[in-house]
Amino acid sequence: MLSLNGIGKRFGGLTALEGISFNVGKGSITGIIGPNGAGKTTLFNVATGIYPPSCGAVLLEGKDISKLPPEGRARLGLVRTFQNIELFGKMTVLENVMVGLHTQSSSGLFACSFRMPWQMSEEKRIRARAMELLDFVGIPELAEVQAGTLSFGKGRLLEIARAMALEPKLLLMDEPAAGLNSSETAELADLIKKIRDLGVTVALVEHDMDLVMDICDQLVVLNLGTMLAEGTPRQIQDNPAVITAYLGEE
Amino acid sequence: MKSDRIKFLVFALVVLLMPLPLSGGYLTNVLIFVGINSVLALGLNLLLGYAGQISLGQAAFFGLGAYGSGVLTTAYGLNPWLAMIAVAVCVALFAFAIGFPVLRLKGHYLAMATLGVGVIVNIAFNETVDLTGGPSGLSGIPNLSIGSLTFDSDLKNYYLVWVFALGMILLSLNLVNSRFGRGLRAIHDSEVAARVMGVNARLMKVQVFTLSAFMSAIMGSLYCHVMTFISPNSFGFHFSVELLTMIVIGGLGSVYGSILGALLLTMLPEMLRTFQDYDIIVYGLLLITMTIYLPGGLVEGIPALFRRLVPAKKVTEGSDA
Amino acid sequence: MELLNQVTQFVISGLATGSIYALIGLSFAIIFNSTGIINFAQGEFVMLGGVLTIFSLNVLHLPLLAAILVAVAVTTVIGLVFERLAIRPLKNATPLMLIIITIGASILIRGLVMLLWGKDTQALPAFSGTDPISVAGATLLPQHLWIFGVTVLVIIGCRLFFNHTISGKAMRACSFNRRAANLVGISVGRMVLFSFVISAAVGALAGVIIAPLTMTAYDVGVMLGLKGFCAAIMGGMGSGLGTVLGGLILGTLESLGAGLISSGYKDAIAFFILLLILFIRPQGLFKKGETERV
Ligand SMILES: Nc1ncnc2c1ncn2[C@@H]1O[C@H](COP(=O)(O)OP(=O)(O)OP(=O)(O)O)[C@@H](O)[C@H]1O
Ligand SMILES: [Mg+2]
Repeated sequence: MLSLNGIGKRFGGLTALEGISFNVGKGSITGIIGPNGAGKTTLFNVATGIYPPSCGAVLLEGKDISKLPPEGRARLGLVRTFQNIELFGKMTVLENVMVGLHTQSSSGLFACSFRMPWQMSEEKRIRARAMELLDFVGIPELAEVQAGTLSFGKGRLLEIARAMALEPKLLLMDEPAAGLNSSETAELADLIKKIRDLGVTVALVEHDMDLVMDICDQLVVLNLGTMLAEGTPRQIQDNPAVITAYLGEE
Repeated sequence: MKSDRIKFLVFALVVLLMPLPLSGGYLTNVLIFVGINSVLALGLNLLLGYAGQISLGQAAFFGLGAYGSGVLTTAYGLNPWLAMIAVAVCVALFAFAIGFPVLRLKGHYLAMATLGVGVIVNIAFNETVDLTGGPSGLSGIPNLSIGSLTFDSDLKNYYLVWVFALGMILLSLNLVNSRFGRGLRAIHDSEVAARVMGVNARLMKVQVFTLSAFMSAIMGSLYCHVMTFISPNSFGFHFSVELLTMIVIGGLGSVYGSILGALLLTMLPEMLRTFQDYDIIVYGLLLITMTIYLPGGLVEGIPALFRRLVPAKKVTEGSDA
Repeated sequence: MELLNQVTQFVISGLATGSIYALIGLSFAIIFNSTGIINFAQGEFVMLGGVLTIFSLNVLHLPLLAAILVAVAVTTVIGLVFERLAIRPLKNATPLMLIIITIGASILIRGLVMLLWGKDTQALPAFSGTDPISVAGATLLPQHLWIFGVTVLVIIGCRLFFNHTISGKAMRACSFNRRAANLVGISVGRMVLFSFVISAAVGALAGVIIAPLTMTAYDVGVMLGLKGFCAAIMGGMGSGLGTVLGGLILGTLESLGAGLISSGYKDAIAFFILLLILFIRPQGLFKKGETERV
C-alpha cells in the first residue's frame, strides 16, 4: 500500500530522519513505535506531504506521490489524524465531518452561492453521510456541539470520523490512544479493528505497548531518526536491540 | 436553515421600506454609502473573518472599480453597465493573478503585501494624471440609467445600491453555509488539517480573495456613478483600515456583523460632524479595545450582554416579590 | 560626466535615507525577534521622534540635544505604555489580532498627534548647518554625516547589547525558543517589554535624524514604517547586518529610481521591491529557508 524509500529529513543541522525504508502491507495494521523525539510524527508529516523530505520517495500503491501536496494525497486516499488533535474548533462536530467529505463532493464557489439544485441535494447527501460517520465512531449525540469544546477522548473520535469521511485507503494515526483512559483505549482498539475490517489499511504511531501488541500485524521501530527494527510484534519483543534502546527504558 | 431565510427576508424588507419614513432626506443619502460599505466590509469579512486571511488593500479594488468605470464612461463614452461588468471582470482577474503569490504569505507578511498592493495602486491613481486626473480627481461621471430611468436622486440611488447589496448579501449567506464556506472556515481554524482533509486551501484562498475583489469593484463602479466625482483619497490605506474597523466592530466571521459595522462606522462620522479627520482616533481605540475585550464583535457581544442582563433582572424580580 | 555626477549624488542621498530605513528595519526586527510580532505602529515611533523634537525645540525652547533626548525618552515611554496596555492584556493572541491591535495603535497615535499639533509639515533645523561638502563631484550635507554617524553608533550599540549583556543575551534566547527561555528562568514578559522599549527608542532616533532632511508631519510614519519593514524583510528579519544592507540597498534603488525614472513613483518602487522579495525570497536576501513547525 505505502512504500517509503530511503526517506531522510533534516531541519537545519538536526537530522530528524535518515534512511527510512519500509512497506505498509495492504489491509494490515502497522505500528510505528519509538522513544520521544524518534521522528515518528515527522515521518507522518513527510508521508502526508506536510514537510518535503530532504531525500527519498513516498509511494502509494506503487505510484510516486512525493511531489503531491497534502490535499492531492488526501484525494488519493492517504489521510491522517494528528498527535495534538487538529479539529476545526469553531465549527460544529457535524461540520467537521462534512469538511472531511470535501473530496466526496464537488460544489464550487458558483454553485454554492447560487444554491444550484445539485448543490442542495449534494449538501443533503453529505449531511446524512456525516451523521452515519458520527454513528460509526459512537458520538452522534454531539453533532451540533462546537468541536473546540470536546473532551480529548471525544475529540479523537471526531478526528477519526472526519478522517474516515474521506474513504481513505490508508489511514495514518498519530498516537490515537494518548490521553485516553483504559476503557476508552479498549474501545479505540475495537474501532481500529473495525476500520481495518472495512478494508482500510492502518498505520499508527503509539506509545501504549499493550494496544500495539494487541492490534498490530507488523511493527517498525524508530530510534533517533533511524530504523532500529522491523517485524511482527513477537519478533520485536524479542529483539535485543529494541529492548535495550526502547523497551528497556520503560 | 429556514430561520436564516426568514431573517434575511425581514432584513430585506426593512431595507426596502426604510426610505419611506425618511422621504428622501439627508439620511437616505448616508444610507446609500452604508449599502456600499456593507458590501465592501462583507467582501473583506469573507476573506478575513471566514478564511482568516487579512487584506489591507481592499480599498484598491474598490478604487479600481471606481476609476475603471469612471474613465471608461467619461473618456471613452462606454455604456456604464457594460463598463461595470468589464471592469469587475478585469479587477477579478487581476486579483486572481496576484492572489497566488500574495496568499502564499501568512499573517504579518500577508498584511504587508496586501498593504503594498494597495499603496502601489493608490500611487498609480495619483500619478496617471492623463487618465485619472491625478490628485485633483475625475469629474463629470454620468449617472447610471435603465431606459428612461436615470439614477440621479438619492432615493433612486438608494434602491440601486441596495438591490445590488441585498443580492450580494444573499449570495454570501448561501456561500458561508455551504461546502465552500466550510472549507474557508476550516482553513481559518487549521490550514494544515484542512489540507490533509483534501481542501485545496491555496486555490480556495485565491478564489475568495478574487470574490472579494469582484464585489469591491462592482461597488466601486456604483460609487463613481452615484458620486459623479472621485479622487484618489477615497481609496487609500485609510479606507482599507476603516473597512477593517467595520468588521472588527460588527463581528469577524459574520455576514450581518459586516453590515452592522458598516452602518455604525458610516453613520458615526456623519453624526459627529465636528470629528471630521479625528475619526481615526476613535477607530484606533475601537480596534484595540474590541480586539482585546470583544473579539467576536457586536453581533456576539450584544446577545451576550443581553443574556447577562436578563437573568440578573429575574433575580431582582424574585427578591422584590 | 554630468550623468555620473548625478548618479553619485543619488547614491549619496540614497545611502542616507537607506540608513534611516536600516534603523527602522532594526527596530522592527528587535520586536519581531522577541515576540513574533510585526508592529504596525513602528512608523509612528519614527514620526513621534521627529515631531516631539520639533515640539520640544520650538515650544519648550529646549536646546537641540535636550530636545532630542526628550523626544526619544517620551517615545520610549509611549512604546512601554503601548506594550502594557495593548499587547500584555492579550492571552493566546493570534497573529491576526496582533495585526489589528498594532494597526489600531498606529492610527490612534497618528490621530492624537494630528489633534495636538495639527496637520502641517514641519522642519527641524539641520544639526550643524546646511553648507554642502563637495565629494567626488557630488555634494554631501552635514546632516548626511550625522545620519551615517548615528546609524553606525546605533548598530554597534545593538551588537554590543545583544551579544555582551545579560539582558541582550536573554532577549536573543527568547527569540530562539520562548518556552526554553522561560524554563531557564528568563522572564519572557519582561523581555517583550524591553524589546518594545528599545525598539521605540531606535525608531524615534531614526525619526529625529531624518527630520531635517525630509520634513515631518503626523502622517509620515506610514511610509517610513513600511520602508523600514521592507529593509527588515530584505535582511530576513534579523537584527544584524542583513537588515542594514537591506536598508542601504532599498534607499539607493529608490533614490536612483526617483532620480532617473520618475519621482512620482518613488514610493511605489519601495513597495515593488517589497512585494518582489515577499514573493520570491520571503526568508530574506541572505538567508536559507526554514521549515515551519506543525
Ligand atoms: N518543524 C521542525 N523544525 C525543527 N525541528 C523539528 C521540527 N519538527 C520536528 N523536529 C525535531 O525532530 C525530532 C523528531 O520529532 P518528532 O516530533 O517527529 O518526534 P516523535 O517521534 O513524534 O516524538 P513524540 O513521541 O514525542 O511525539 C525532534 O528532535 C524534534 O524536535
Ligand atoms: Mg510525535
